[in-house]
Amino acid sequence: MKSYFKNMKRATKVDYATYAGVILAFVVVMACKSLGLLNRQMTGMLVPICAYICMALSLNLTVGILGELSLGHAGFMSVGAFSGIIVSMSLSQTVPNELVRLVLALVVGTLIAAVVGLIVGVPVLRLRGDYLAIVTLAFGEIIKDIINCLLVGWDERGLHFAFNFDGNQNIQSLGLSENGIEIIKGAQGASGNDRIATFTVGFVLVMITLIVVLNLVRSRTGRAVMAIRDNRIAAESVGINVTKYKLIAFVTSAALAGAAGALFGLNYASVNAAQFDFNTSILVLVYVVLGGLGNMWGSIIATVVLYVLPEALREYADLRMLLYAIILILVMLATHNPRLRDLAGRIIPRRRGAEADG
Amino acid sequence: MEFLSYLITGISLGSIYAIIALGYTMVYGIAKMLNFAHGDVIMVGSYVVFYATNFARTSLLTRLFGEAPPALASGLATLVCVILAMVVCGVLGIIIEALAYKPLRQAGSLAVLITAIGVSYFLQNAAQLLFGANPVNFTPVVSDQLTLFDGQLRISYVALLTIVACVVIMVALTVFTSQSKMGKAMRACSEDRGAAQLMGINVNSTISMTFAIGSALAAIAGVLLCSYSPVLQPTTGSMPGIKAFTAAVFGGIGSIPGAFLGGILLGIIEALAQAYISTQLSNTILFAVLIIVLLVKPSGLLGKYVPEKV
Amino acid sequence: MAKKFEKGKMVPVPSHSIIPERDLDKSPILECSHLGIDFGGLRAVDDFNLTIGRTEIAGLIGPNGAGKTTVFNLLTKVYQPTRGTILLDGLDTAGKTTAQINRMGIARTFQNIRLFSNLSVEDNVKIGLHNQEKYSALTGVLRLPKYWRQEKAAHERAIELLGIFGMQDLAGHKAGSLPYGAQRRLEIVRALATNPSLLLLDEPAAGMNPSETAELMENIVKIRDTFQIAVLLIEHDMKLVMGICEGICVLNFGQVIAKGTAEEIQANPTVIEAYLGKRKGG
Repeated sequence: MKSYFKNMKRATKVDYATYAGVILAFVVVMACKSLGLLNRQMTGMLVPICAYICMALSLNLTVGILGELSLGHAGFMSVGAFSGIIVSMSLSQTVPNELVRLVLALVVGTLIAAVVGLIVGVPVLRLRGDYLAIVTLAFGEIIKDIINCLLVGWDERGLHFAFNFDGNQNIQSLGLSENGIEIIKGAQGASGNDRIATFTVGFVLVMITLIVVLNLVRSRTGRAVMAIRDNRIAAESVGINVTKYKLIAFVTSAALAGAAGALFGLNYASVNAAQFDFNTSILVLVYVVLGGLGNMWGSIIATVVLYVLPEALREYADLRMLLYAIILILVMLATHNPRLRDLAGRIIPRRRGAEADG
Repeated sequence: MEFLSYLITGISLGSIYAIIALGYTMVYGIAKMLNFAHGDVIMVGSYVVFYATNFARTSLLTRLFGEAPPALASGLATLVCVILAMVVCGVLGIIIEALAYKPLRQAGSLAVLITAIGVSYFLQNAAQLLFGANPVNFTPVVSDQLTLFDGQLRISYVALLTIVACVVIMVALTVFTSQSKMGKAMRACSEDRGAAQLMGINVNSTISMTFAIGSALAAIAGVLLCSYSPVLQPTTGSMPGIKAFTAAVFGGIGSIPGAFLGGILLGIIEALAQAYISTQLSNTILFAVLIIVLLVKPSGLLGKYVPEKV
Repeated sequence: MAKKFEKGKMVPVPSHSIIPERDLDKSPILECSHLGIDFGGLRAVDDFNLTIGRTEIAGLIGPNGAGKTTVFNLLTKVYQPTRGTILLDGLDTAGKTTAQINRMGIARTFQNIRLFSNLSVEDNVKIGLHNQEKYSALTGVLRLPKYWRQEKAAHERAIELLGIFGMQDLAGHKAGSLPYGAQRRLEIVRALATNPSLLLLDEPAAGMNPSETAELMENIVKIRDTFQIAVLLIEHDMKLVMGICEGICVLNFGQVIAKGTAEEIQANPTVIEAYLGKRKGG
């Protein structure tokens, strides 16, 4: 057993340490919760943190591993959230068990986000660099606008959909029966939802996302994706189908974001499309970049810290977002300025290994 | 006639986008970075003009001329306020560049992007602290409208002013970059920064200058934007910023005529989509056109496509 | 020479063929005929004809800017040729992508090294083995037994291939951190990992000192002998070219100006003129 660990590659050790860390964190939080050490505000943050961790991990797959900047990742979260809500609300009578309904909602949210990811990915991945980034931004905004027009209701006859393109329709236009449930009401979003998301399911989802991302990265597929990131022409020259692997990474990333969105959406009584706008995409991107590109445990820690930070700064009320901005700029300067980094390196001696991250 | 009036609205809206996009594209061309804080510089410029004109109206003009100051005097006062805003924004641009972007010149583009986002958050929240989160009512710099064809076609003077301002700025910038020494230095830096430095061009001051010009343009755009839709709040700059960025990419980022063309086209598309298709989906249509254009021309309308050398 | 070749047909070997005798009874691995490409108005390569035998080491030389790398880019379909045909092992390569060309059997290295520099040396080779590993993304994510089996095999094969240049011990290092010479050798290993029948080497000895070059020459011959493949190389180091190339093709201004064995090329007045310029009054 000892020699097994010794022979393991550094990357493998880091992976196992990440899993262990997440499990440990879960156990500690659960213990604190049962001892009554967490106040309401803190417990309320647990599920959104899990959702944002999944978002950050999935975006890291696109930005860190595939190496393409996406500014519309919240769009997939939105798709997952609303598909999850539709599933959960329309099955509220047929499937009374909340856990089963939550899992179904997560699965459907994942699948629909994957389909949308495929539709978006095919045109987007033909572009490069900043042009690709701007088109992901455009798709994010388009998804937001379309969901803003969406009217969904459910009654005994099934699901009813309508698009409020002309601005003259509302939820009554669906003609639901008396027992019908109004699920999505255009720009008002979905309200009166069952809050069925739980921290335990959130933790399981984080673990699944982590396993999918890390196992993908350490497989033949992940290597092909990283090869494309490092050198597209060389990747083609060794026989890698660039379009296919870009698409696999992008669609996986979208699907995982959909699952995160479904978890997030089912944690709130009311959700609207404007919550998943450009600023949310940027927020998650900040988590990924601060955590380190391609570095999954970094994403997890950055998400937790940056999500909790504004809450922790709450006592400074008005100043907190200003402080957040200053901290963000200072951290970026400290971690990316060569002179400052050298300084930091001298204070905290780092192992200067020639080992690779792959 | 109706169509014409929508078209003019579109062109004037597009002119605002174009002025903002020029700032984006100049900075991108030279610093190779997406300056996400550019939209918030617009907001800062608008607030400066708002407070300066208020001060001028309530204190200076009434004290000098009484209740009804002559048009020339108030016009002059507005002009001074706009110039003041340009100076403030120009200086702000230089400060932002020096503090936040210069230390990251060797770092990856993503690090600079996140820093720019940090600057954007900073400006928005600082404005919220200083000016409050509630929207203020911006008084358009020029009021009234031009009535043509027996009242069938009304064009606001703001729209005309915007279009004229945009064309003047565009021509001035083109002359500046092609004729002046500083302009040539800018083009040299955007082509190859290292080579420009070896030729004795002071790259640092050239980049600072670019930020100053871009930010000063943002101030003008801010005034025009707030005269067009007179609600000013700390987040005023974000959406026009994003759309102008889209316009810059649409026209081919880094290209000055591209930013102009992209801005105008985007404005027209937005105005016509709102008028004839759907108000809800005007942004969707705008972004869909962008996507289609980029798929056909992957580097924008006037951008150069540089294939990777093997 | 103007005779058009038909697909899949045995190509009549021209009288001044440079294919080594041992390959003559087998069909050639590569037959290019009338290959050409224009960039705008410029004819970067024109009427390029080349036949390479199964186990031949061939050289492509010429002054800077003659179009040598462009020929490599045409053969690997980085550029689509404007004119002409390329038959690989008798199969037409028209309309294929770079990745498909690699799967058909051409692997290459690059003049300006193109490694996956953030990945480990071993992963670089494993990426070369990409198309020989056959398991899906899902198998990889679920880590089914097939994943473990194939990854183990890939690891062993990668170490074995690195052994050609004695680089097994560098397997865990980051490719971008290797010294220049080692990076060039790693590129060759990565190309070999794709199991090619024709290996294209673009200036493999660039930046190497004479003793490294000598070692490289031995290794190229060794690779040809062990893998029984053909090699086409671009090189400015004449000692290497004249030392190991059995056939040499000289390119100038996008056109073939001479073909032949080392001795023939060295004696050819057109070649001397292309390299050294015309003697005044001569």
